[in-house]
Amino acid sequence: MKPIARTLILCAAIAGAADLAAAAEISMAANSTGKNLSFLREQIAKFEKDTGHKVNLVTMPPSSSEQFSQYRLWLAAGNKDVDVYQTDVIWAPQLADQFVDLTESTKDVVGAHFRSIVQSQTVNGKLVALPFYTDAPALYYRKDLLDKYGKKPPETWDELAATAKEIQDKERAAGNPDIWGFVFQGNAYEGLTCNALEWIKSSGGGQIIEADGTISVNNEKAAAALERVKGWIGTISPKGVLAYQEEESRGVWQTGNAVFMRNWPYAYSLGNGDDSAVKGKFDVKPLPTATDGDQPSSTLGGWNLAVSKYSDEQEASIAFVKFLGSPEVQKARAIQLSNLPTIAALYDDKEVAAAQPFMPNWKPIFQDAVPRPSAVAKVKYNEVSSKFWSAVHNTLSGNGTAAENLELLEVDLTELQGDGW
Amino acid sequence: MTEVSLAGPPSAIAGKGIGSDLQAQRLRSAWIFLAPTLLVLAMVAGWPLVRTIYFSFTNASLTNLSAAELVGLQNYLSWVTLKSGRTIYRGLLADPAWWNAVWNTLRFTVISVSIETALGLIVALVLNARFPGRGLVRAAILIPWAIPTIVSAKMWAWMLNDQFGILNDVLLGLGLISQKIAWTASPDTAMIAVLIVDVWKTTPFMALLILAGLQMVPGDIYEATKIDGVHPVKVFWRITLPLIRPALMVAVIFRMLDALRIFDLIYVLTPNNAQTKTMSVLARENLFDFDKFAYGAAASTMLFLIIAAITVLYMWFGRLNLEGER
Repeated sequence: MKPIARTLILCAAIAGAADLAAAAEISMAANSTGKNLSFLREQIAKFEKDTGHKVNLVTMPPSSSEQFSQYRLWLAAGNKDVDVYQTDVIWAPQLADQFVDLTESTKDVVGAHFRSIVQSQTVNGKLVALPFYTDAPALYYRKDLLDKYGKKPPETWDELAATAKEIQDKERAAGNPDIWGFVFQGNAYEGLTCNALEWIKSSGGGQIIEADGTISVNNEKAAAALERVKGWIGTISPKGVLAYQEEESRGVWQTGNAVFMRNWPYAYSLGNGDDSAVKGKFDVKPLPTATDGDQPSSTLGGWNLAVSKYSDEQEASIAFVKFLGSPEVQKARAIQLSNLPTIAALYDDKEVAAAQPFMPNWKPIFQDAVPRPSAVAKVKYNEVSSKFWSAVHNTLSGNGTAAENLELLEVDLTELQGDGW
Repeated sequence: MTEVSLAGPPSAIAGKGIGSDLQAQRLRSAWIFLAPTLLVLAMVAGWPLVRTIYFSFTNASLTNLSAAELVGLQNYLSWVTLKSGRTIYRGLLADPAWWNAVWNTLRFTVISVSIETALGLIVALVLNARFPGRGLVRAAILIPWAIPTIVSAKMWAWMLNDQFGILNDVLLGLGLISQKIAWTASPDTAMIAVLIVDVWKTTPFMALLILAGLQMVPGDIYEATKIDGVHPVKVFWRITLPLIRPALMVAVIFRMLDALRIFDLIYVLTPNNAQTKTMSVLARENLFDFDKFAYGAAASTMLFLIIAAITVLYMWFGRLNLEGER
């Protein structure tokens, strides 16, 4: 009897230990933008039911830069309390050392995601985070106004400026004093880096810092692109555009006071809301280029899921990340929150297309998405971006010419680069 | 702060003489009573301060703090002479962004503390007068001070919003402005916006400290001036102001120290605006946003030195004046 009893106890102990290992408790840090948290809670309930794990949600502020500072502090301190992080597309290179390499554990699913997005999360061959949802801006245009004046959606920036000017002037003459031609994001912040990168890249002026680390921003095409935009301020764009972020430009657009707008997808469903003055009157297309031969360029945005290397529950965390990144969850997210999936096949999904008719339109925009130089500038990216948007903002507000400011920027970036990025 | 409280009585007590044994014993027990406070202070204030100063002499980065190596004064000032013979200066003391932040901080401190002192004095004089419901008003006026800065900053950010803000709406309605002002975004108005919110928030604090000073003034002096028929303005300048001067000095020091290290209000209202970026905001940006922990530590150290220097100067001048009058 005795040996049997001992064996039984041992078995029970092992089973108990195995049970403990199976039912892990993990924590996820996620931003409180829009309905993100309530959506996550719903998905977590499903995940907990399926796997027996427990997931706690750590609520973070909506601002991306505030989250970044906090995450950086936690990771620098080797914090074990948070296992899964929801990360901005530009953070991967800056935090790469602190996250688990997901290459092996996600190799069965990663192929379904857009290559450019997976690329942006890969640092030195290490997959830092699994794509969750994505963002790529487009040109919003007023179908009704373009039809009224017999115009086609513009293919080049100059065409856009000419069309915008003509419609703006005629509409004002027709008794619509508040209308403007084009609104975008001109405030001195990360959004201006995105906008200016699009202007420069679509003019053949490079992408600030090239993939091999060369600082390319000081060139004639880039300067011409910025000078072109400077010409818009006060003519087709309000002077206040230099203080606009996404929401301010959407405010002008959605009250029917702009012919064109550059913005992210979230503005599509809101623009078609019942309280919108432009409901059903607009459409989207890829951003224009400088000349017909250039490639249209949208800056890549979006969010991803990373696992902390300090986590004690890496296995469960990876399972959770793969669950959130799965086609089912991404589909639910697309239908409920109109966030763009990172899985190519979902753009042909009938239910997604029915709920969000604009989404199939976004597929061509993805093919040309340009990553910001965060992969090459690594830990110095935030400073690069800050210097770049300052140079652009100075140019647009008339503080020095584009050529002068870009020359200075090149000097600053070279000094920042030092021995290497 | 310690100097203020120690400046008076101890020097008087520590005079020469009677019972140096007793004196020594008192000193000993003073140290024993002080020891726990000093120990806690050393742990929560001293140690971080020493570490920050240490990091400012290294090349530390946040991702790899333990591998920091000493680099001397490089974060503060260094120079290289190029082959062309041109010398390039680098480091905090050669950084225009830093000096811009210093200028912003000093400008903010002088303007905000001046306005707050003047307004606080007026409010305190009003509250010192007897009128029905005085207790209620005294409590009500403290509300702005009781709200956490982060909350009031966010609240004001909405009120100052150019599209939906109530401030633009009211001004437009009154016909004072013809188009909406982007208060926190425009370079011309950003500092004004920050000042408005800071004055709103901290005037009650000044009023409270000054009111405490006012209540120490004995009433019979005022009765005497009334009998002598002295003009109230003269009474204020010759009697009230000199008598509340110590309280006023302490209040101004408190506010000045607070204003010199202002961070939260500006971080919420106008984080990226070069017109309002203060020393603390710049230090944080380098410490956490940029990969320049050591540089940010140098900025923090300079901030500490500047505040210390200004405080010492202020107290020194204050004391000189006081003694001159006596």
